[in-house]
Amino acid sequence: MTVDIAARGPATVAALSGEVDLECSPAVRRALLDALRDGRPVIVDLSLVSYIDSSGIASLVEAYQAARKQGTALMLAAVSPAALRVMQLARLDRVFNIRPTVDDALAVLAQ
Amino acid sequence: MDPMPHASPEETPPRPPDPAARDAHGGEVVIRVRDLVTHYGDRQILKNVSLDVHAGEILVIMGGSGSGKSTLLNHLLGLLRPTSGVIEVLGKDINTSKESELTEIRRKFGVAFQGGALFSSMNLLENIMLPLYEHTDLDRRTMEIMARMKMEVVSLSGFDDLMPAELSGGMIKRAALARAIVMDPRILFCDEPSAGLDPVVAANIDDLILDLRDATGMSVVVVTHELESAFKIADRICVLDKGKVLTIAPVDEVRANPDQRIQNLLNRRTEEEELDPEAYLRRLTGEKEP
Ligand SMILES: Nc1ncnc2c1ncn2[C@@H]1O[C@H](COP(=O)(O)OP(=O)(O)OP(=O)(O)O)[C@@H](O)[C@H]1O
Ligand SMILES: [Mg+2]
Repeated sequence: MTVDIAARGPATVAALSGEVDLECSPAVRRALLDALRDGRPVIVDLSLVSYIDSSGIASLVEAYQAARKQGTALMLAAVSPAALRVMQLARLDRVFNIRPTVDDALAVLAQ
Repeated sequence: MDPMPHASPEETPPRPPDPAARDAHGGEVVIRVRDLVTHYGDRQILKNVSLDVHAGEILVIMGGSGSGKSTLLNHLLGLLRPTSGVIEVLGKDINTSKESELTEIRRKFGVAFQGGALFSSMNLLENIMLPLYEHTDLDRRTMEIMARMKMEVVSLSGFDDLMPAELSGGMIKRAALARAIVMDPRILFCDEPSAGLDPVVAANIDDLILDLRDATGMSVVVVTHELESAFKIADRICVLDKGKVLTIAPVDEVRANPDQRIQNLLNRRTEEEELDPEAYLRRLTGEKEP
């Protein structure tokens, strides 16, 4: 699993790749909370994630809550169908701001 | 706006499978039992039990009281050692595995015990978080969110602070289920998940088990007496009778099976035991055998 942080336009894109499981979700959590520090919107790119477990999703929840508290946008891009189904079970699809692609998320920010 | 999945239209399994055995039809086998024999003292309880559990299936184990269902379940969990036979779980022989390997395999199990097995001194949230405490060193915030996600799944959201004594029967069953799935298990075991519940609550639990399996692709092994529930959730049913597997087959085949013992079980008829009136009278009056 890797987390790649890069600036794109007005946003910070955090690209996760590989398996996000118990072993590495603490790193994801820290990376996302760090990425939120400078107040720029954060887009979490999940297109290269092959599997994300509940600890990974919980880390996204925590980052999302931290973003809301400081008034920053946080969007999830390219959530896989498998991850989406797990999110739907806990009705998190109604909580997260989910976009099909990073470009789409950037377009929303540009509006 | 609707979230747009990025992956191929074909839904990929949520997790790359462990290298495990495959059955004759090419399906992945997560549990493989061969010629399992077990005794309590001199009494043989399980008699050459063989069965497979496939990835993503719901297998329901049925059988009369004392037929050996709980004993079989305890073997699958590695809690009992058999007299002979092989039990492979996720590709590992659990009877020859070291304790450390067993712990590793058990991390991939979720078990919802019949009575719930909640700790009376802990509130609901702490009870559901317990496996995370035992098996991970995640941040406490993460554990709480994970536990609350599962509480939402089983419709116990917002009841963090309730103590087990304050829960209804249905809530206890759902709490046990939430705790069993908190680690995203590959295999979920449920002992009588809906026994003793009113029909509506029981049906909710059935739906929940189906939704969980559909969303996560995990395998589920359920022990139940509830016929309606078995017919609704099972992909296959395994019928045990006096420690033997009478049949293990898809639901429709089991229902159509002409074997009288199976039909008796499905029709809730108990087998008429041979009655020797003389012996019975002696038992009643406590007289010794002549
Ligand atoms: N700890 C034990 N010591 C001795 N005999 C036992 C023990 N546990 C179970 N048995 C015996 O093993 C047989 C199978 O019991 P088991 O509990 O597996 O049945 P079951 O199918 O789960 O029944 P039920 O539906 O009543 O729960 C029974 O005859 C029982 O008396
Ligand atoms: Mg039993």
